[in-house]
Order: sequence, then structure tokens, then C-alpha cells
Amino acid sequence: MAAGDSTVLHLSSQTTGLTARVHPLVIFNVCDSYVRRPDQAVRVIGTLLGSVLADGTVEIRNCYAVPHNESSGQIALDVEYHHNMLLSHQKVNPKEVIVGWYSTCFGVTSGSVLFHEFYSREVSNPVHLTVDTGFSNGQASIKAYVAINLSLGDRQLAAQFQEIPLDLRMVEAERVGFDILKKQSVDKLPSDLEGMEASMERLLALIDDVYKYVDDVVEGRAPTNNNIGRFIADAVASIPKMTPSAFDKLVNDGIQDQLLLLYLSSITRTQLSLAEKLNTAAQIL
Amino acid sequence: MANPTTAAAAVARSFLQAASTEDVSPPLRVVQIEGLAILKIIKHCKDFSPSLVTGQLLGLDVGSVLEVTNCFPFPMREEDDEIEADGANYQLEMMRCLREVNVDNNTVGWYQSTLFGSYQTVELIETFMNYQENIRRCVCIIYDPSRSNQGVLALKALKLSDSFMDLHRNNNFTGEKLREKNLSWVDIFEDIPIKVTNSSLVSAFMTDLEADSPVTQCDLSRLQFSSTPFVTRNMEFLIECMDDMSAEQQKFQFYYRNLSRQQAQQQGWLQKRRAENMARKAAGEEPLPEEDPLNPIFKPIPEPSRLDSFLITNQIANYCNQVNGVAGQNFNRLYLMKALQDD
Repeated sequence: MAAGDSTVLHLSSQTTGLTARVHPLVIFNVCDSYVRRPDQAVRVIGTLLGSVLADGTVEIRNCYAVPHNESSGQIALDVEYHHNMLLSHQKVNPKEVIVGWYSTCFGVTSGSVLFHEFYSREVSNPVHLTVDTGFSNGQASIKAYVAINLSLGDRQLAAQFQEIPLDLRMVEAERVGFDILKKQSVDKLPSDLEGMEASMERLLALIDDVYKYVDDVVEGRAPTNNNIGRFIADAVASIPKMTPSAFDKLVNDGIQDQLLLLYLSSITRTQLSLAEKLNTAAQIL
Repeated sequence: MANPTTAAAAVARSFLQAASTEDVSPPLRVVQIEGLAILKIIKHCKDFSPSLVTGQLLGLDVGSVLEVTNCFPFPMREEDDEIEADGANYQLEMMRCLREVNVDNNTVGWYQSTLFGSYQTVELIETFMNYQENIRRCVCIIYDPSRSNQGVLALKALKLSDSFMDLHRNNNFTGEKLREKNLSWVDIFEDIPIKVTNSSLVSAFMTDLEADSPVTQCDLSRLQFSSTPFVTRNMEFLIECMDDMSAEQQKFQFYYRNLSRQQAQQQGWLQKRRAENMARKAAGEEPLPEEDPLNPIFKPIPEPSRLDSFLITNQIANYCNQVNGVAGQNFNRLYLMKALQDD
């Protein structure tokens, strides 16, 4: 992919300010289709669905695998399947369109060029996502590429796959809780209070870290950093300053409100069981 | 020797017995969902909230565990004219396509989103009965996106209890039947515990890609103090439900009043008949029968079905539980605030 003697050869002028954002569902889907691939296939190819935002960011929201054939030299993709799945998905979510394709191998191979050409017929400037399921570098690498045309004067020579920055938005995964998604099996979903407990523990750990850091800085063990110091000062100062009595009143009001709610719901439940008894009581006529 | 033959006969009998006993499936104890299915459900429900959406669950039924390995969403139904055939076509198409990529295309149930936990409706029960005819064991997964904004993963797996299904099949919800079976409103739906599994590849990826900061969005939404809108909506729904409940109870009152009035009328009529018969006997005529099936006051009044009131009761209980949960969280937050302020 070297540019060679660059006096004549030049990349096309659109430096893509393109970035891609991937939702965690896509990663899960890709891994799942890799695990379920037919025995003779080495990698899995599939279509990426999503939308292109106003500032040019490509948001990849969903994907599905497409059966393909990669025997010696010959490459075939099941186009009809691809179209059928696209139609089905669009029935549910008409706003999701094709934004590219994925493959589960490390880096871009020669075979990918043909697939990429096929997808560029479907949508302009498709994004090619590689999800390295083989962990070749000893770490998970997910990269996104866009094809840039290399042209010599007026002639199109080749296409270069240029990597674009990828943003892994894990917001939904965070909501569900990484613990649930990380382990191989979780026996029970955490209830309200258990979740609160976990969050508070994390908050406590954070506060401890900050404490230690400040101590280190004060005793000269760690280098001072004005920005961090300012952040910490801001955070501590954001606790609203109130007279203790005003604050106590606030807290007490809050507690009383919650108690009221609890009381109401308990009364309702008692009423329910009472009504139940009355309703199915034996009628003595 | 008789022994080998009797032994052989005994073995043969036991084999026949084994072959003829029906395969009794162990009761469903746990629903095992894959992280992929959970993410898909969450995405679908969140994208379309506040409207309610449904989708199909695919997986395997193994022993006492129901595994859900994948799912796909159903498109929104606007009008019902040609959508019936379309819907069936869509389902078949999706199942066929998923089969080609080796996904288990065995339907094990469906999922639906709900708003503030108001999912116990007659339609749910009817859908359950429909599914139960074709599949031996099916489950319904309910996801509540509004409650998940409070930081709780509000995912629930439901199943109709067997005794309730029997009753429903006979469509018989009168008071005596219910007392016979000792069925109360708690027994309609069974809550099945959920277990989450992930394939090793996915868990390797997630472990690697986990965000570095120890504070996640989940924590932020949990520690946030403004649960007021959620609680107010919840209370509103609760109040509406109570209104519905009192309407149902009025119906029952009406029925009982009518019943007792009818009884009184019957008694009165019977008295009159008896008096008449005495008079006739005195006059030496044939006594009239003491029953008159054609008289309208003997027509039995149908007892209103208790199904609706049960469902409403269930919903109210659900709202109460939710309010309790949120109140608990709020208590925690308040005390936390207090502790921070003291420092």
C-alpha cells in the first residue's frame, strides 16, 4: 500500500474526516456468527447496517452475516440472501441502511477487495470493519477502513484501504453492566438494591483513589498537575454549601416523601389481599 | 430353565414400559439468555420507546433450562388489513435466513416491551395460549426501558402457571372453581429466574474492550437523584388501576345484589305457591309443582368472570413493587448525600 514515487501518484483529494462509531451489539453479533460459521469457512462476511449522521460520522448499529464461498481463487457471495435480509430488517427499522460490511480476519486481504467493490455498488463509500477474532496480536483489534482511490493523473489505479478512527460506544453495554456481559455465565440478574450497592462501592473506590492521589502530591511522591488539582477542587466545591439546618430539613423532607410512598404502596397491597379474600369468599345464601 | 425366559420377559416388559411412558418434561426452572439476545432486545425496545414493540425469541429447550440464543424483532403493525399475511411471511423469511447461518431457528417464546410495568393484559394471556398450543414450553420476556433508565436491568421472564392454563381452557372463572383450585391472583404468572451466558469469544472481547474508567453510565444513572418523573408516572398508573379495580368491584357488588334479590323473589314465589297448594289441597285439587322453570326469576344470573380483576390486581401489585424499589434506592441516595455533606 506504499505510495511509490509520489510526484505523479497522488491520493484523491477527499481526506476523509470520516469516523465510525460501533455499537456493542454489532460486536456481539459478529462474534456469534463467527462461532456459528460452517466448518469449512475460515472467516465470516456480513453486512453492516446503520446511519450516517449529519457531521459525516458513520454510526454502525446492527449487522447480519451473509453466507459466502471462498474456495481457491473463487469468491462468491449470496446476494439474494443479502437482499432478503436487508428487506426484512428494513421492515422493522426503515431508517437503518447499509453502511458497509465486516469480515472476521486480521487486516485487509486481497479477497476483500472484491467484496468491497460489491458493497460500493450498494452504497457510496462503504466502511469495511475487520474484527479480529483470532486475536493475532494478543489483543482484540477492531479496525475500520474506507477505500480511497489511488489515481495516476486521470486514471484510477487501485484502491487503498485507509484506516479511520473508530469509536466503540459502549453506552448500552454499560447500562446493562459489564459484569453481566463479560462473564461466561451470571446466575442472577442484580436487583435494585444490589446494583446500588455496587455503584456505591465503586464511588467509594473512586474517592479513595482521589484521596491517595492528593496525599501523594502533597507529600511530593507524585508530580503535581494543575489541571487535575483544579478538577478535584471543582468537584469538591460542587457540593452545595448550605447551613446544616437547611440541609437537614432537605434530607428529612426527602425521607418523609419516600416513607409516604412506601406507606401508600403497603396500604394498597393490604387492600388488595383483603379484596381478594372478600371476592372469593363463600357465599352463604 | 424358566429363569432366563422370565428374566427376558421382565426385561422386555420394562422396555415396553419405558417406551410407552410419555416423556414427562421437568418443570422449567431457569431461563438462560445469551448476552447477544439481551442487547438486541434492549436496542429494539429502546429505539421504539415509548411505543410498545414485540419480537420473537429463538433458542433451545433443554431439560429444565430454556436457552434463548437469539431473537429478532417484529415490524410495527399499523393497520391490520394485509399485515396478517405479511407478518407471517416476514417471520418465515427471517427464520429461513437465520437457519442458513446456523442460528437455532426454534421458537421458544416472544418478548415485548412495556411501560412502567403495565403488561398484564388479556392479550398477553391469549398470546400465551396461542403459543402454548404449538410449543410445549414457551416463555415471555418483558423489558421495561423506563425502569432501566433508573439503572436497573428490568428484564423479566414470565410463564403462565399450569393450573391457571387449565382453568382458562375451560373458560371458567367462577368463585367456587377458584376456591377449589386454591388459585389466587398471585398464581397466574410465574416469574422465572434468568441466567445470562456468553460465549468465550465474546467474553474475551468484552474483557479487552472494557472502558478504562471505573465509573460507567450505569452508575451515573443509578446515583442520579431525579427519580421523580418515574415515580409520578408510576403513581398515576397506580391510581388509574385502582379506579379500574373499584369499577370491577362495583360489578361484583351489583351481581351479588342481583343474586340476593333474585333469591328473595324465588322465596316469595315459593311461599305463594305453597299457600296456593294448601288452598288447593283443602279444595281437593291437584297441587301445582313447586318449581316453574319458565318463570324469569328463576333464570340463573351469570357470574362475571374474575379474570379482569385478577389481572388488575396483578398490575397494582407490580406498581407497588416498583414504587418500593425506587423508594429504597432513593433512601440510599439521601443517606449518601447526607454522608457527603457531613464530610
